[in-house]
Amino acid sequence: MAVETKLPFDKEYIEQFSNTLNEPNWMRSLRLQALEQAETLEMPKPDKTKITRWNFSDFKHEYTTGETIPSLQELPDVLKDYFDQDNLPENLLIQRNHTVAYAALKDELKDKGVIFTDIFTAMKEHSDLVEQYFMNNAVSVDQNRLTALHAALVNGGAFIYVPKNVEIEEPLQVVFWQEDPELALVNHVIVVADENSKLTYVENYVSSNVEEQTVANIVEEVFAHNNAKISYGAVDNFAEGTTSYVNRRGVAYDNATIDWALGQMNEGNTVSENITHLIGNGSTSKANAVTVGRGTQIQNFTANIVQHGKGTDGFILQRGVMKEKATTIFNAIGKIEHGGSGSNSEQESRVLMLSADARGDANPILLIEEDDVTAGHAASVGRVDPLQMYYLMSRGLKKEEAERLVIHGFLAPVVSQLPIESVKKQLTQVIERKVY
Amino acid sequence: MSGSVLEIKNLHVSIEDKEILKGVNLTIKGGEFHAIMGPNGTGKSTLASAIMGHPKYEVTEGSITLDGEDVLEMEVDERARAGLFLAMQYPSEISGVTTSDFLRSAINARREEGDEISLMKFIKELDKDLEYLEIDQNMATRYLNEGFSGGEKKRNEILQLMQLKPEIAILDEIDSGLDIDALKVVSKGINKMRGEDFGCLIITHYQRLLNYITPDFVHVMMQGRVVKSGGPELAKRLEAEGYEWIKEELGIEDETVEQNA
Repeated sequence: MAVETKLPFDKEYIEQFSNTLNEPNWMRSLRLQALEQAETLEMPKPDKTKITRWNFSDFKHEYTTGETIPSLQELPDVLKDYFDQDNLPENLLIQRNHTVAYAALKDELKDKGVIFTDIFTAMKEHSDLVEQYFMNNAVSVDQNRLTALHAALVNGGAFIYVPKNVEIEEPLQVVFWQEDPELALVNHVIVVADENSKLTYVENYVSSNVEEQTVANIVEEVFAHNNAKISYGAVDNFAEGTTSYVNRRGVAYDNATIDWALGQMNEGNTVSENITHLIGNGSTSKANAVTVGRGTQIQNFTANIVQHGKGTDGFILQRGVMKEKATTIFNAIGKIEHGGSGSNSEQESRVLMLSADARGDANPILLIEEDDVTAGHAASVGRVDPLQMYYLMSRGLKKEEAERLVIHGFLAPVVSQLPIESVKKQLTQVIERKVY
Repeated sequence: MSGSVLEIKNLHVSIEDKEILKGVNLTIKGGEFHAIMGPNGTGKSTLASAIMGHPKYEVTEGSITLDGEDVLEMEVDERARAGLFLAMQYPSEISGVTTSDFLRSAINARREEGDEISLMKFIKELDKDLEYLEIDQNMATRYLNEGFSGGEKKRNEILQLMQLKPEIAILDEIDSGLDIDALKVVSKGINKMRGEDFGCLIITHYQRLLNYITPDFVHVMMQGRVVKSGGPELAKRLEAEGYEWIKEELGIEDETVEQNA
């Protein structure tokens, strides 16, 4: 199979797409420029995974609306598991195909100046603010061919802005539901916590396409300004037919915190990179990620915390369970830049293999350019401990049940980090479904 | 209904092709407390592990039956559900699984589907046993055995014993590493199980546990066999005189099976 290098979309198509959305000029020109760049840029090269034959260019893209959801009591079946009917979220956005199906934000938060809306509405209503953050300081358009393609073809996303000194206790939740099985999701999320603010954000990616082949090209940019704190949770659950590229990037300034809890439960091939730049002194980040690989899916997860400021703290924790013929590569990179004195960097990657045909690899990497720092890493790829199984079974648990407990226990350090109880429960369900 | 009968006949057990047990005969009935004593390395723990079905131990000859059913044909979990329990000398640490979640799963594993223990009843009974064993409430929410002290692990084994209520329990050196207070509490828990429907095999090489739990029968193991049996008075004599007199009586020079078990 020859690799298709010609882009499936031309300038006219992009212009028309942008006009349909009635976008500001800056976005239209950014798209067109990105399209040009995409022609010459190279594909990303994730360490130890060859993606040259993966489908990232053949998909349906045209603007597709989705039916609105009048109330959370009438949720479509696909989404029912995502919510606890007794404890429905008050701040919620549901994107169905390319349009908003449901949107709610507490008045109190609106009054405080919180912006919680889809990316296209934000471009119209807060054009300058979006322009300031859109692929400027975190992910650059020309990082690779897929980021450029992303900029040219963005067809969904959310924009969240929490003003200075506003602390939000309740989570802000977004569900991106790709209902049309052939539709590509080129989704862009921007989360900004201004100085001294605090927020919890949780997102879900959902699709049900098993036979139909499509693409998810996702870029998320997360900014924590001085003294801000962001708790970021996600459950990615694209179906088997979707090939995913997920690029999540964080930038933390002085004494800011960005904590990630990512449930990376896609069923199709996936490349995911989660990079956090600790720019400011005293900034911290925990990058927790969990995955279950099954079937013949191939996944590559890179977590990277780059520590520029003094006295920063970066902690990467990756856990994966591999079954059948799945392949997963974990790359955990801790980097302390020159000048980042007094910083600490830790990585831990562990893979549990449930099948002899599965493949797993955990590569912790430390890159340190400063003397006065502490760092440590741990990695393991192993099977379920027969003595643990013996112990659990000696109490009457059947083999499958004992294995189930060991697996949940193995993933618990990451799952327990998810900031919303219903999402935690839902991730547990997805894990259950993927493991059995 | 009166208790179960565990019958061990001519049991030979090897680990990595080395024979450790060389023909053990023992019968434990409901209502009876048996103690197996003996110096280190004589095969006591091997017997416990072989009864429960530890993956490393291979039974090469002989039989184990529980109420006539062939235990050796059963998987480890089937042995447990048939009524056997082993309080282990070195319990595994299970990260990410809380003690209470595990216990509830284990209780429900013995019950029919649809007849699971209610959460309220479970919590009530767990709290009762925690209190009885003077265990801090927070142990229930800690990960199973992870970071537990030696004493906490032993108490947790007895907690499981009390919660799971087996027909026949084997306690493998439940007293090792316990201070006197912990030993008393653990003994209190074991004594509470006493009854017509409960049989117990206590493995120890110290007599002091038997000051708190009075056995009905005492057996001495050497060289992978039971070499002497008697009543509680045998334990007293062992405490006073040690094992030398038995070795002399039986003409044994080296009591071990060249393996610390």
